[in-house]
Amino acid sequence: MSFMKGLKCRECGKEYPKEALHVCELCFGPLEVNYEYEKIKEVLTRQTIEKRPPNMWRYKELLPLESDPSVGAQVGFTPLIRAHNLGNALGVRELYIKNDAVNYPTLSFKDRVVSVAISRARELGFKIIACASTGNLANSVAANSAACGMESYVFIPHDLEQTKIMGTLIYGATVVSIKGTYDEVNRLCSEIAGKYGWAFVNINIRPYYAEGSKTFGYEMIEQLGWRFPRHVVVPMAGGSLITKIWKSFNELQKIGLAKNLDSRIYGAQAAGCAPIVNAVKEGSELIRPVRPNTIAKSLAIGNPADGYYSAKVMRDSGGWGECVTDDEIISAMKLLAETEGIFAETAGGVTLGVTKKLIEQGRIPKDESIVVSITGNGLKTQEALYGKLNQVTVINARLAEFDDLVRANGKEYALKS
Amino acid sequence: MAIKVRIPTPLRKLTNGSDEVFAEGRNIGEIINDLEKSFPGLKERICEGDGKLRRFVNIYLNDEDIRFKKNLETELKENDELSIIPAIAGGSI
Ligand SMILES: Cc1ncc(COP(=O)(O)O)c(C=O)c1O
Ligand SMILES: [Zn+2]
Repeated sequence: MSFMKGLKCRECGKEYPKEALHVCELCFGPLEVNYEYEKIKEVLTRQTIEKRPPNMWRYKELLPLESDPSVGAQVGFTPLIRAHNLGNALGVRELYIKNDAVNYPTLSFKDRVVSVAISRARELGFKIIACASTGNLANSVAANSAACGMESYVFIPHDLEQTKIMGTLIYGATVVSIKGTYDEVNRLCSEIAGKYGWAFVNINIRPYYAEGSKTFGYEMIEQLGWRFPRHVVVPMAGGSLITKIWKSFNELQKIGLAKNLDSRIYGAQAAGCAPIVNAVKEGSELIRPVRPNTIAKSLAIGNPADGYYSAKVMRDSGGWGECVTDDEIISAMKLLAETEGIFAETAGGVTLGVTKKLIEQGRIPKDESIVVSITGNGLKTQEALYGKLNQVTVINARLAEFDDLVRANGKEYALKS
Repeated sequence: MAIKVRIPTPLRKLTNGSDEVFAEGRNIGEIINDLEKSFPGLKERICEGDGKLRRFVNIYLNDEDIRFKKNLETELKENDELSIIPAIAGGSI
């Protein structure tokens, strides 16, 4: 049974039916899904949730579908790990990594939003699924559409990583590469959505799509033993994930599943594309668009749709925004891999790099709980690492050459007698 | 001074279908008040009750967002052009 009431304008509060609408016709504000929280509170307990299978649908009462999902039944419930080694390296006591680099099936948090969006689009009768993407969404839309036999159209900026393009084409999606930035791709897609009537998951299906990100937050809280962490660092592109993590915390508090919400939310961007961070640092409500230039291509949105609300989440929660350079992104990717054995994509480098910086600045104290949100997999952005890692050592298949190598390394190893 | 104003699709119901109209005013606020006289109901769609521009409505003066100028107080000169653009379309720079 569904607890979705309808859609509601975030700006003026005007209510709308639960259809494929995303903009308020009165004030042009974004629409958001509204639920019957009183009823959810009656039926949804920690015990009910804990008995369910380990995937994001264990929180289905808080998701915007009429019935069970028709694609992505296995998505979510990724590991939350206690990162002792990384914690030591950063000099902090209680550090966790929420690891969506291993989310099913396409190794990023986007599978959460896409399984909701496609399931909802099918409930609404759409036949074609589409998106404007910086890469991960492309992979997820293509894979999940294939998995439920839907045709998909994926629109990307022309300069994406090859791996993200291959990882979209393989599923049989039609990939359209646009000569322009993501923001130009997005604008074109709004026009296409209007003209062709397809389900663009992050445009006309956006109110439903965005709700999927809440499960990243619910899981974090459940995995911490129904406790709110003190500090959460989140990467931002369009700014949807960070606003929905904050919404998820507030919902859990509202329906009584967790208490004493005192989390501070920090937004992370690359220095080459930091429109939201800039606004937070300037104390401004205005997001001044930028032209992106960074290796963190998945986060390269210069005119973020949820920029205003993201900045507000950071302000309201007592958090902050920070950015890091491309070099700092690479260093952080290495640090995460070397300390915890986790290979995150460039966006993960942004998030960890920013976390490190916030700790060094004293904005995040060393003795309080911290969660780092890792949202995508490093195997997809290997191009960013060319020339940045140690070289492999090449020798012939001869033992003597290996002995020379060991000697050259200057290390002593005991030999087997 | 008459200034040309581009009207987005969702507001054309109020301008009898026109995508471009002319309005009089020395600054953008005056233009909006003049538009309201010719097309009653238009102001409410782009401004809050207190007269401030709604958050998800952008107005461009010759391709520059007026929020980064003097907002509704931005002064106008001969041959300036205004575009009203809902923010949701994404938009680019
Ligand atoms: C790996 C990764 N992390 C984070 C984000 C940010 O998501 P949002 O657009 O919701 O801010 C994206 C968006 O594409 C992404 O690909
Ligand atoms: Zn509204």
